[in-house]
Amino acid sequence: MFPFVFEWGWDAGRIVFMGLLYMVLGAMGLGLLYAFVMTWLKLTGREKLHERLLLRFPFTLW
Amino acid sequence: MDEALIPNGVQRSSLRTFVPWTMVWLALIVWGLVSAFLCFYKGLNQTNMNHYFAFGLWIVFDLSLIALGAGAFFTGFLTHIIGNVFIYPFVKDLRAVVNAAVVIGFICYSAAIAMLGVDIGQPIRAWFIFWHANVHSMLTEVTFCITAYVGVLTIEYLPLILSNKKLNQVPEFKLFGTNLHHMVALFAAVGAFLSFFHQGSLGGLFGVLFGRPFAFREGFFIWPWTFFLFILSSIAAGPCFTLLCVWIAQKATGKALVKQSVFALLAKISGWLLVSYIILKIADTVSWAYGVVPRAGLSFMDFYAGSYGLWLLIAEIGVFGVVPAIILVTPQLRKKENLLIIGAVMNVIGIVFNRFVFSIQTLAVPVMAFDTFMSYVPTWQEWGIGFGTIGYGILIFSLSYRYLPVFPQEAELNPVTVLGKVAEDFGVVKRG
Repeated sequence: MFPFVFEWGWDAGRIVFMGLLYMVLGAMGLGLLYAFVMTWLKLTGREKLHERLLLRFPFTLW
Repeated sequence: MDEALIPNGVQRSSLRTFVPWTMVWLALIVWGLVSAFLCFYKGLNQTNMNHYFAFGLWIVFDLSLIALGAGAFFTGFLTHIIGNVFIYPFVKDLRAVVNAAVVIGFICYSAAIAMLGVDIGQPIRAWFIFWHANVHSMLTEVTFCITAYVGVLTIEYLPLILSNKKLNQVPEFKLFGTNLHHMVALFAAVGAFLSFFHQGSLGGLFGVLFGRPFAFREGFFIWPWTFFLFILSSIAAGPCFTLLCVWIAQKATGKALVKQSVFALLAKISGWLLVSYIILKIADTVSWAYGVVPRAGLSFMDFYAGSYGLWLLIAEIGVFGVVPAIILVTPQLRKKENLLIIGAVMNVIGIVFNRFVFSIQTLAVPVMAFDTFMSYVPTWQEWGIGFGTIGYGILIFSLSYRYLPVFPQEAELNPVTVLGKVAEDFGVVKRG
């Protein structure tokens, strides 16, 4: 459900419920995007940029 | 014939053995597909669900699969979050089993969603729940979380698939797998968040049924106690189910796939969680019997009759709750492999009983003065879909085991000698 759908209302229920869903989908999308971008950088030989963008602890906890 | 796909340093059965093995599970899948076709073509009259039993065998399967698949998020959470933030001495043992947990989780959740696709009758309108979401419904929350979590599990499964010997030779796949794995903690955190809420809301949706005193519970803020009990029971059963699947794989292949210490650790984690769950479950049952039941003008025994007698409660909490909890937390008992497996099986059966009681017995108990205790027996089509998911699960697990480096300790535990030299390269992609 998006804010432009006719059932939408700016109440706490919808903001929290849908907000959390979009936050989760956003986190998943960003994770995937990061993996795609880093792969592309490595494949196209942009090593310096790849090194600069490489997330390290504590961001990755890895 | 398929040697090029098999990981280095490990031995697999010949295709002559493997193909007949898969045929058995393919037959179950075909049974499931025929049943699904009948349900789509002729409608849900192919089932024995009716106005009394809006939830049937498929929901019992769904709830059980989702609870048993919790091993994926919980093992991932312990390995990638707790194991890396805190000094967690057992993280090495968990790494040996985390791949298998992800595969099992993916199987359980994808099978549950496929089954729900048939259960809702008109899967072509499944998107309605997202577009016209009822934000006050626990079922909407469950739907959101389960579908998003299948996405997370697919992302977590991808690096393992891309570790296949042949796929890993493609530089794009290799790099992408490495980069995805680099972000595994993010996905593990998202998975833990989603699982916490959907496991809880699956319990919560029964707990808020104030018209059905058998399931209704008071609670904390907007969450009935069943919300918390479902979370606790799923993380108590999930690691045990992972343990069981790995043990069955060991027996089927005749090889040690993980060290004994891994089994002991999973059993210990499950055991202590099961103890906490059983104590809270007993407290919840007692407070329900002395609180909700008399306030509804009923007595305790009004809820237990016919095929759904008191034996169900004794079986769920006593036989398949207290007994496995004792076995799994007692080091002397846990050390004996037979007892450990019996404890794990009982734990899993107990959770299936719990989900059965909440989804079927809740609906069987009469709520009107003119009602009687109802009973429900699934049709062959319902069983077909249930067994189809089992066939699907075993097939995916078998294929993953055969072609992917699922168990990092396998090569070490089963050294393969090639021309008098032990093969050391298992094909496990060293990442991170």
